[in-house]
Amino acid sequence: MVFIIGAGVLKVGDHWEKSLRNLVTEVALAALRDAGEVPVDYLVVSNSLSGVINGQENLGSYVASHLGIAGVPALKVEAANASGAAAVIVANSLIRSGEAQRVLVVGVEKMTDYTSLEDSNTAVSTLIDSEYEAFHGATLDSMHALVMREYMKRYRINREDFSHFPIIMHENAVDTPHAQYRFKIDLNTYMSSPLLAEPLSMMDVPGLADGAAALIISSREEGPNGNAKIVSFGQATDRISLYSRSSIVEMPSIRAALERALSKVSEFKPDFYSIEEYSSVLGYIAVEELGLARRGEAYKLFREGEARRDGPIPVNPEGGSKARGDPVGATAIYQLAEAYLQLAGRAQGWQVSGARRALVLSIGGLGSNSVVHLVEGV
Amino acid sequence: MWAYWVSVPSHWREIPARYRLEGGICKNCGHTMLPKEDVCPSCGSRDVVTKQLPRRGKVVNYSVVWNAPRGYEYYTPYVVALVRLEDGTMLLSQLTDIDPSQVTEGMDVEMVLRKVRVSGESGIIAYAYKFRPLIKSD
Ligand SMILES: [Zn+2]
Repeated sequence: MVFIIGAGVLKVGDHWEKSLRNLVTEVALAALRDAGEVPVDYLVVSNSLSGVINGQENLGSYVASHLGIAGVPALKVEAANASGAAAVIVANSLIRSGEAQRVLVVGVEKMTDYTSLEDSNTAVSTLIDSEYEAFHGATLDSMHALVMREYMKRYRINREDFSHFPIIMHENAVDTPHAQYRFKIDLNTYMSSPLLAEPLSMMDVPGLADGAAALIISSREEGPNGNAKIVSFGQATDRISLYSRSSIVEMPSIRAALERALSKVSEFKPDFYSIEEYSSVLGYIAVEELGLARRGEAYKLFREGEARRDGPIPVNPEGGSKARGDPVGATAIYQLAEAYLQLAGRAQGWQVSGARRALVLSIGGLGSNSVVHLVEGV
Repeated sequence: MWAYWVSVPSHWREIPARYRLEGGICKNCGHTMLPKEDVCPSCGSRDVVTKQLPRRGKVVNYSVVWNAPRGYEYYTPYVVALVRLEDGTMLLSQLTDIDPSQVTEGMDVEMVLRKVRVSGESGIIAYAYKFRPLIKSD
């Protein structure tokens, strides 16, 4: 069996005074402290953009060096916004195979070391197809915009129907100490927000952010501050180019990842959902693919408040990528760290009351790589 | 830092596809594609051959980009569109010779060769297909 026995999260945002190495070191030490200063015998780093943004690759040895544990085997795992979830799959497998007893998984992204917004757009565009999408001027935002326009047309809904999603995300993040945007927004904020790529506006997507989160994963239930069991996981890919998919308002990789995760357990009824959503429309599609709403009707779940933290189907009780923030390669580690804190009853102020089981969905590259983790408090 | 991204060889080897829409067709299932892949993305067959794709099509979906990456700022706002060619092949392209507010879904378009981006002082000027409103000749 595999357990999360400790975690650390840094506040998501602009850490101009900290470098890539400061961020990873600080959060890894916090997680080690949380887990009772246990030794680790493997290090898995989760990151997506350090090569293009920071000019730094070889993150396994980079992090091991700065943590003073050089000698420990280490590697980096990348799967766009799902990098962290993929890193946990690797850690989990290392433990199940007997190769490791305890693995430190640290996710990091240092996105704000830019001289201009254009350069950050270029970096994020590496998550879509570079030769036949990004080369033609497509950005991650414009790809989500294409999905949003198609979704609006297919299901006959308006731009304002997307507002319910960020409104609830921001409402949740107010209580999350490590969230990037701890303020509320309303319909007017949403409708007057500047367009990034029509019809997608700034309020549909996360902002740029630095962030780092870490987990200690162990073969034993030994965390002094609480433990959570990784019950199961599933992963699936889809074609990377949007234009080569048969439907752009469905994300079959999410469905397949969910089926694979569920196929390994007899029953799993989540008390809350963590969904990595780069945009409002992707949040809606994810909710539909998970079977929580019929196609084209996810907005009702948010409009009626069912998806609120105190509702019957809580989604992203910490505020999600939109408001907690989305430091790409670290985001899924945040998701799993938050799930652990919830299940250990340690999410003070943003706790889903009585949460015992969590479904964590991480989505990379606009549904081209999806991972579902099923996690349970012990 | 972005030199790898539009280096001379990386652009040069894509020229058949980018300059004249040379794509591929799967001999097993008939799926057409741009660029030509080694394996059919639809059925997995490895029997894919080169096919000259038609230069006309329709706009299926589009977005107006206001927040551009490096090398594309000059064109802002510009339109990226999903275009379905006459033989059903899907691709992503910029639209040109049209005001973004005039773009509609279903509009007929045709391929033209245009400058897509300039990469820095040492970089190359990359040309490729863009699509413009079809000029009816009758
Ligand atoms: Zn085929």
